[in-house]
Amino acid sequence: MIEQQTVTIKVCLGTAGRASGGADVLSIFQKLIQLNGIEAQIDKKCSYTKVGCRGFCSKDVLVDVIINDQKVTYQSVKPTMVEKIVTEHILKGEPVADWLTKEDYESFQTKQHKIVLGPCGEIDPESIDDYLGMKGYRAAEKAISKMRRDEVIKKVIQSGLRGRGGSGFSTGTKWEICKSQADSTKYIICNVGEVNRPLAEGNPHAIIEGLLIGGYAIGSEKGFIYIRERYHLSVERLRLAITQAKDKGFIGRNIFGTDFCFDIEFSFGTEAFICGEETALMESIEGKRAMPRVRPPFPVQKGLWGKPTVINNAETFSNIPLIIGKGARWFSSIGTKESTGTKVFTLSGKVKNVGLVEIPMGMPFRDIVYGIGGGMESGVALKAVQVGGPSGGLIPASMLDMGLDYENLSKLGSIVGSGGMVVFNEDDCIVSITKFFMEFLQRESCGKCPPCRIGTKRMLELLTKITEGRAEYNDLATLERLSGLMKTSSLCGLGRTASNPFITGLNHFRDEYLAHVREKKCPAGVCTALITFSIVEDRCKGCTLCKKVCPAGAVSGEVKKPHRIDAAACIKCGACFKACKFKAIKKQ
Amino acid sequence: MSNDREKQKTVRLRINSQVIDVPEGRTILEAAKEIGIYIPALCNHPMISQSGACRVCIVEVNGTPVTSCTTLVEKDMEVITNSPYIEDLRRDTIDLILSDHPYDCMVCQKTGECELQELAYSYNIRKPLFSGERRIYDKKDGNRFIERDMEKCILCGRCVKICDEVQGVGAIDFAYKGFGTKVCPPFERDLDCEFCGQCVMACPTGALVGRDWIGKGRYWKIREVDTTCSYCGVGCSITLHVKNNEIIRVSSRPDSVVNKGLLCVKGRFGYGFISSPDRLKQPLIRKDGRLKAASWEEALDFAADKLKKIKEAHGPDAITGLSSARCTTEENYLFQKFMRAAVGTNNVDHCARL
Repeated sequence: MIEQQTVTIKVCLGTAGRASGGADVLSIFQKLIQLNGIEAQIDKKCSYTKVGCRGFCSKDVLVDVIINDQKVTYQSVKPTMVEKIVTEHILKGEPVADWLTKEDYESFQTKQHKIVLGPCGEIDPESIDDYLGMKGYRAAEKAISKMRRDEVIKKVIQSGLRGRGGSGFSTGTKWEICKSQADSTKYIICNVGEVNRPLAEGNPHAIIEGLLIGGYAIGSEKGFIYIRERYHLSVERLRLAITQAKDKGFIGRNIFGTDFCFDIEFSFGTEAFICGEETALMESIEGKRAMPRVRPPFPVQKGLWGKPTVINNAETFSNIPLIIGKGARWFSSIGTKESTGTKVFTLSGKVKNVGLVEIPMGMPFRDIVYGIGGGMESGVALKAVQVGGPSGGLIPASMLDMGLDYENLSKLGSIVGSGGMVVFNEDDCIVSITKFFMEFLQRESCGKCPPCRIGTKRMLELLTKITEGRAEYNDLATLERLSGLMKTSSLCGLGRTASNPFITGLNHFRDEYLAHVREKKCPAGVCTALITFSIVEDRCKGCTLCKKVCPAGAVSGEVKKPHRIDAAACIKCGACFKACKFKAIKKQ
Repeated sequence: MSNDREKQKTVRLRINSQVIDVPEGRTILEAAKEIGIYIPALCNHPMISQSGACRVCIVEVNGTPVTSCTTLVEKDMEVITNSPYIEDLRRDTIDLILSDHPYDCMVCQKTGECELQELAYSYNIRKPLFSGERRIYDKKDGNRFIERDMEKCILCGRCVKICDEVQGVGAIDFAYKGFGTKVCPPFERDLDCEFCGQCVMACPTGALVGRDWIGKGRYWKIREVDTTCSYCGVGCSITLHVKNNEIIRVSSRPDSVVNKGLLCVKGRFGYGFISSPDRLKQPLIRKDGRLKAASWEEALDFAADKLKKIKEAHGPDAITGLSSARCTTEENYLFQKFMRAAVGTNNVDHCARL
């Protein structure tokens, strides 16, 4: 007997998918197919799956239509487009070619190495059966019912897994130290940060399973999920996942028939960057103001409510079931010797393809930008890549061939940090970028120690001075001295890394700083105080376009005669520069 | 016994090449103090938990900078408290704090006993290297006792901790973040607490001072008189600050046996009655509806006469005696004896219920 043919429709319902109308798209598919009795017409069973993020959010809603294992993906699907897809593709078997994803989607996806993000675009995050179907919770069962605690830890150590956030400390070693503490009450915390949201939305059970295994390994009966309350979808899906896991007996008492008991509780944060710092995070869970504690004692010795505590982020935990399931050797075969596995980044900035990417550790920056990212947007050359969020270092174009791993990032004065990766081009001003990040860090400093609280403020003031052409050469020395102080004297990582963009920027783009300070010029033409717009008379055709677009009335001149810009009235918005078709406006 | 001996275990370490044996569990800051090595610290206070916030007590341990107030001594530790590297870091941190602090020492109540001023003096910071914007706040707190000048606050957190950990009140905490971080009561309302003034005592700068102290005199121009607080039976040790025979402030020494430097609102701020013009200095008898000065002889006769008459007419229980907690125990004993034996009633009480 021939197996019945099937049609599967997978609609992205991650945060971006939902925002682009994914829920409507899915319901229209269901409605059309059911109403018209299509299943009977084509004699195929239709199923619909809401899936998590595939990372390429600019082309949402992304829809997979799979007929008998033949998969095609549609991009930017609107509810109005569904009918045509159903009639032409599902009924007649001819995909709507114009709406399919293009080469950029292919190169974006195929050059990645998705191990933790992989299931996100495939399974229904709200169905535990989908997760069980991909051998979900088998690793937890194996660890809890067949392995000793130290065997689990040994395996994690062997895998070489390091914390996917912060300083990249060995996860297994962290667990081992925590396990060895005499106190019988221990806690384990999963921090769900910004970059972890797609994991929580796309495959929440992997996080829960990792946390469960971690809890077993260190001998903790209580896990916490720390997450910002406003990440509604992540919270919703994690909560559902916990309920489902409890129903199946994976969380609760006597898990897998052993004497191991484990419970998970939510703890909600608000809008504080400092809560990425683990001791501040613990203060927050305890209901106090999130201000970091001094170390030592380390959280593994004295953490939450003074008890030994392990904190890892959701990405780290998502790797655990894979390591237990597929083996430490499999995991360490990905990446480099010292930095094994993969890492998720949010690729953004001036590249063609922006989105959420997962790369094997050690992948050269060049391959990320020009391979996955599809190269520079609008043809302007790359200037720098910044990795690790606001306190990551700036990596110049000349160092793009270095591989992205913990060792190289540290050499480059950067961090894995919050997993951000921003690409800047020659139109970006290094000083302005640095100022922008300093502004953020200053605002997010918890205020506890002077080097960070006042240091970031002074750095911001000096950087502002530079962008406004008021700085002197001495100010650079003052900035360097401040950076040194903040790096060594600050209480926590926020203050210690806050000067990274400045230090690396000054190292690699000293000329640009000097141009601002000495010549009072901004080579990228970004710092408004340092640029002037003027009209090159030879080129000006007197088309009056610049006069029309100028919001300040600073352009004067008659038709077909060269125009003039009144420098005193000009607000330097650049509208004339962008509008001129004859390159007659000069920006200096 | 053996347990006790174990607790006394000491570790041997070197501080500025001086070999020292210290009991386990001490911090480097405490160990250094024992051998007379001074390490400046702004957030450290013996009565509260250590937070390591001010970063001024930084020292080098085996080459790495750490805060000495939070780092416990360990065997063979090599501590250097005064290398040029450490002194530079310390200087720069103090510089940053000063850059966000008003330069009005000449009119500040705290002058001369300000820990920040002392550091500026010893590190010779005339004008901060890292100058810039300073926080500007309105002094709008209308409470009766404590002047809060948050521009002078260095956010060391001593007041927050002493209020929470020692007094158990938690009237203030940190609010906002970044450069605008501020210590204040909830929603920036006026301070409305017990006004024990523990925060004022702990504050290293002029951010918190007694409202009644302002302009009354510099601390080096006063005479200190140690005495016992007369408000209640606890008997806290207090120190009166006397200038021109007037009490202008009350404090307490940290080594006081009974109260360890802590006081309550009455002991710390309730000294105004001493020089009050309203204070009674001689007996008064009401004659024709007006109080008139009288001699002690006259007054005692008058009182005895009235008491007798009431006792005869209405019995002894028509009389009640109320004494003061400010009297000595002996005086109170005599008073109750008088009420019971001479008047003949058990109606006797006194005011130590506040």
